[in-house]
Parts: sequence; structure tokens; C-alpha cells
Amino acid sequence: MAELKVTAIKEGTVIDHIPAGKGLKVIEILRLNRPNGGVLLLASNVHSGKLGRKDIVKVEGRFLSEEEVNKIALIAPTATVNIVRDYKVSEKFKVEVPDEITGILRCANPNCVSNHEYTVSKFYVVSREPLKVRCHYCERTMEGDEILRNL
Amino acid sequence: MDWKGRDVISVRDFSKEDIEFVLKVAERLETELNEKGSLDYAKGKILATLFFEPSTRTRLSFESAMHRLGGSVIGFSSAASTSVKKGESLADTIKTVEQYSDVIVMRHPMEGAARLAAEVAEIPVINAGDGSNQHPTQTLLDLYTIKRAFGKIDGLTIGLLGDLKYGRTVHSLAEALAFYDVELYLISPELLRMPKHIIEELREKGVKVHETTDLEGAIPELDVLYVTRIQRERFPDEQEYLKVKGSYQVNCSVLKNAKETLKVMHPLPRVDEIHPEVDKTEHALYFRQVFSGVPVRMALLGLTLGVLEGV
Repeated sequence: MAELKVTAIKEGTVIDHIPAGKGLKVIEILRLNRPNGGVLLLASNVHSGKLGRKDIVKVEGRFLSEEEVNKIALIAPTATVNIVRDYKVSEKFKVEVPDEITGILRCANPNCVSNHEYTVSKFYVVSREPLKVRCHYCERTMEGDEILRNL
Repeated sequence: MDWKGRDVISVRDFSKEDIEFVLKVAERLETELNEKGSLDYAKGKILATLFFEPSTRTRLSFESAMHRLGGSVIGFSSAASTSVKKGESLADTIKTVEQYSDVIVMRHPMEGAARLAAEVAEIPVINAGDGSNQHPTQTLLDLYTIKRAFGKIDGLTIGLLGDLKYGRTVHSLAEALAFYDVELYLISPELLRMPKHIIEELREKGVKVHETTDLEGAIPELDVLYVTRIQRERFPDEQEYLKVKGSYQVNCSVLKNAKETLKVMHPLPRVDEIHPEVDKTEHALYFRQVFSGVPVRMALLGLTLGVLEGV
């Protein structure tokens, strides 16, 4: 396998095993590309034994909490997170779908008040396998592709 | 049970104990009202009725309930005459209205509007219908009507007839009936079957559910037949509506094989799904059902206002 052409980071977070093509969305959801933030690296279409192809995101100087990272569980359920201190992995965890999803998902119901008035969207996870969520406002449920289309 | 300041938004927010408590308070208020003629629990309190969408029964019944509790009512019955027309947000409208009132009853064409209003308002908000989502006070008055007619809900076999796909009334009622030991017959045209996820939920909660298109076959089994209108306004596709329009009509001939004690209910308004000849029979319970709206809404207003001490 070719050597990974991405620099190692000294202090920060590495999000690995992101499904190929979803890396940019992960950066967007976690707001990693702030103007005054640390170095941000995205590797796309990296060979992966598990996934075939994967994306990797590395962010210098930020230690993401499990709660923060769980926000990406909807688009990258396979992701693993490594917290790096002094070039070494000090902590490692997998993302998990949280019980409540706030702010990142739009309701698919065009007549839902959350699509017309100022609100922060909120969904409750009804089931994890398969993933099914219920809108806090209109109470409609969404699953599968419908969730991904509304991220 | 402390209900003061509580919002009434969705049947999903209720426990069985909540439902039983409201029904009990409603029954006590009905008895007291019959004895005294009028009550004064809500004297000095103001109800704001915000109807962004037209309604006859629900609005009048809430207003009647508040007057019978000795309170007064302000409000509007169409969004056209309000600042919403000028582009005001729902949140601002609610924050304004709560300065003038002690409790808000709201109907709105958008799903989730009542939930949003409740988050914004400091005073209690009661949902009188949010788009095709919830209409919890209708569900409570339906349960109250059944309980008053049979003395119980457990053990009954209940048929839900008509538009089970889009009808919010039957969705909420089915969810609430799942708290009880009932058997349900879901009777509808193929195109208007109850959504699968609701049926799954009912079965998970132990309700025995039968799905059928055959009204006459189901009739002899039933203690209650809950009829709904097939609502043109809920159909995304006119063609789909025309295919199912007038699928069923409950008339004396359909009812000839029914139990003598069968009660027919309908949230009203009806179009042609119950023939007027049924009105004079012992089966008709739908006008009694309309009456139930008043004690149930008196109970909800009184409880959320926290003025029913001793009831």
C-alpha cells in the first residue's frame, strides 16, 4: 500500500474511516474550517481494507469530544476518532448516533413549521438499526436516504 | 397531579394516568355544571383563541368552555385580519398575545406550530390542531364520549372507518387507545390504509389489530364505529381523492347486522359518510360527542390555568 501522503499532527483530532466523499460534509457539520482555527487536512479516496475507499480528516489544536463527534454519526456511522497528543493516540472512540439530533438535519416535511419559522431543528432517534428519527415539531419520521438528503 | 402551566400539544406527551385524570376532572365538571348552571373557577382569567385556520366546532367549544368556567375570551378566527399578514413571525405573535391573556388555544395550518408556540410562550398553550399532525383535545373528548357511553374503554372492540391514511383524528385516537385493552378494526379503502408505522406501534403495545376494506363484514363485531370524512384538502393528488370519494356510507341498511348497543361516532363535519337516517337511531353518538367537547375543554383550561382546586 502506498504511504499516506498526509502529515501527522502533533496535537489534535483525527477522524478516520469516513465513507469516501463525506469528508467535506464532516468538516462542515463540525465547523472545523474556521478562519482562525488550526491546520485542517482532508484526505479523500484513501484506500481502506474495511471500506474500499475512505476519507480522513485531521484537525490540529482541537480535541473533539464524543458528544461533538456524534453529530457526524448520521453521515459517517463507520467513523473512528483518535485524539492525538504529542504525536501519539491518547484516546480512541467510535461515533454513536445520539438520542437527540439538534441543528444539523432539516425536516423533510415541507409543511413542518421548522421549515418556515426560525427554529433550531431537533429530532429524536426512534431506532438505530435501521436509523429512524422523529421531528420534534411535526412528529413525522424520516429514515434511510431521506435523512441523508436532508443533512 | 399538577397540571398548572402545562402545555397540551400532542397525545404522545400523555401517559395513561394523564388521560384518566383529565377524563375524571371533566366528568366532575360536567356534573357540577348540570347542578349549578355555571361555574366561576376561571373568573378574571382570559383565554386567547388564535385560529390561523377556520374552525367552527373546536373554537366555539373552547370559547363555550371558558365562558362556562366564568372566564373571558379574546382572539381571532382567521389569519387574514392579523399582523401575520404583514409578515410577523409566529413567535412574535405568541409573545404579544401572551401579554394579554392567561392561556392560549391555537389552530395553525403548519405541523409543529403548536409545539413552537409552547416553546416561546410562558403561559400554557393548548393545540387545537396543527396541520395534519395532532388534535389532542379531540382525542380526549372522543375517549370521554366512549367512557361516558359504556362506563369503560377496556374490553371494547372499536372500528375506525374512512381516511385512515391522512386523518389526524384517527391517528391520535388509535395512539391513545393503545393505552387500553381494546381490539381495533381498521376499515378503509386500500389507498387510504393506516400508515404501517402506526399499525406496528399499536401491535407492539399489544393491541389486536385487524385491517379490512369490508365494512359490512366488520360491523357485527363492533361496540364503537368511529367514522371519518375523506378530506379532499389533505390529498396531494385530486385523482387519488376521486378514486376513494364516497367509498363508504353508514346507513340503516349497513347497520342492520350491528349489535344493538353499537355506537356510531364522527368528529364532524360529515358530508355523506353517515346518512341522516342514522341520527334518530340509538346508535348515533356523534352529537353527544360534540357536547363532550365542552366539559373536556373546561377540564383542560381549568387544569392548565391551575384554578380547579377541590374539583
